[in-house]
This record gives sequence, C-alpha cells and structure tokens, in this order.
Amino acid sequence: MTTMTRETTQVYSVFIRATPEQVWDGITKPEFTARYFYGSVIDSTYEPGSPYTGWSADRSKHYVDGEVIEADRPRKLVTTWRAMYDPETAAEPYSRVTWEIEPAGENVTKLTVIHDELDTAPKTAANVAGGWSYVLSGLKTLLETGKPLG
Amino acid sequence: MDDDDRVFRALADPTRRHLLDQLFERDGRTLTELESELEMTRFGVMKHLRVLEDAGLVVSRRSGREKLHFLNPVPIRLIHDRWIGKYTERRISALANLKTELEESA
Repeated sequence: MTTMTRETTQVYSVFIRATPEQVWDGITKPEFTARYFYGSVIDSTYEPGSPYTGWSADRSKHYVDGEVIEADRPRKLVTTWRAMYDPETAAEPYSRVTWEIEPAGENVTKLTVIHDELDTAPKTAANVAGGWSYVLSGLKTLLETGKPLG
Repeated sequence: MDDDDRVFRALADPTRRHLLDQLFERDGRTLTELESELEMTRFGVMKHLRVLEDAGLVVSRRSGREKLHFLNPVPIRLIHDRWIGKYTERRISALANLKTELEESA
C-alpha cells in the first residue's frame, strides 16, 4: 500500500463465519456471485493476465471488465476493474480491486476489499461507494445462511 | 458482546460519530489529522478510534510510515439489512397499499 492515494482508496471489511476456501469460492465461482453480486456471473480462469469479466445472468450484458493481476487461492485476488454498466464509468481508466482473505479464528474469516487506483476514475469511485457494502453484506449472508439477502 | 452490540455501542457516542463523518468527508486520515479537528487529547482520540476499530467501523492500514484510518461502512450496512430495512419496509409497503386502494376507489 505504499503507492496508494489515500483520499481515493476505499476499504471494506467483513467477518464471515466460513473458511477461507469457502470465501474464495464465494468470490470466484459464478454460481455464487450470481446470488449476491447484483446478479452478475463472473468468468475468469484466475491466472495472472487472464480476463476477469462480469456479465448479467444470461451473459447478454457486460457489467465488469478487468484482468487478473494476482490470484493466490485462498488468500488474495487482485484484478483491474472497469464498470461497463454505465457509459460514464465505462469511459474511465481501469482501477484496481484487491480481495484479502485472512483466517480470524475457528471457522471465521476476515475479508477485506480494497478498491484503489481510482484517482482518474471519479465516476467509478462514486458509483461503487455504496455497492461494495451491499455486495459484502450479501456474500456474508449467502455463505452463512445459504440464502441470498431477502 | 456480539458484533451488533459492538457497532451499536460504538455509534452511541457523538465523538465517534463525528470521527466517522470526518472519514466520510475525506477517507484515509492519520491520527494527527483526525485529532486536529477535535478538542480532545491524542490519547482520547486513540481510545475512540480503538472502539470504532473493534466494531469494524474503522479499518487502519499502513502506508509507508503512516497509519491511515478508513471508514468501513459494511457493519452499518449489516445493521441496516438486519434492523432497519425490516421495519421500514413494512411501513412503506403499507403506504403503498393505501395509495393503491385510494387510487382504485377514486
């Protein structure tokens, strides 16, 4: 975090009653993401340099465009990020999303999402500000109860 | 004390709510920056920040030699989903039903 521009860095953190492997699967498997990530399925092979792409459930609309920078199951995932669902955010440069997964006790995992490199993407920064809380709340509920948010 | 208790307890203090508002205005601040806007000792501000961190409302991260504090809104979202949405939606839907009934009978 030595290069971060702190005013534009966003940090989100949540404790989830699940193992790091379950949290990793919740983040990376499309059948999970579809149930809490605004309905989007996320496709990637999770190899560095491979695409990281979010689609609507029927894969007709492109929601997120990015590339895998680092994937270390079940500890860390770093991707670039461009929100395609809004023409204004789609026109901005890529930002960066880091998922950090840490064990925090027996069957408890701390998940932290850092969305940074947003200096030149102010529309994206404003757009995702409420969204990540919704996404992490939904992921926690799904992993702990097996059900999406009501 | 469970997670919700810690969040409600952390929010039940005007100085701590003020600290959250400060971070909402501009995120990623050092203790020195947060302290400069409060009439309180450095130790007092540290104590409040620790309560906020224990509740997960503030997350601190190192950047070079600095320790930066970030607002983490997820616990507030969880409180919203558990405690606020549940009770406000029923009222909203009652009003929506009333509107439909009044419009249909008009």
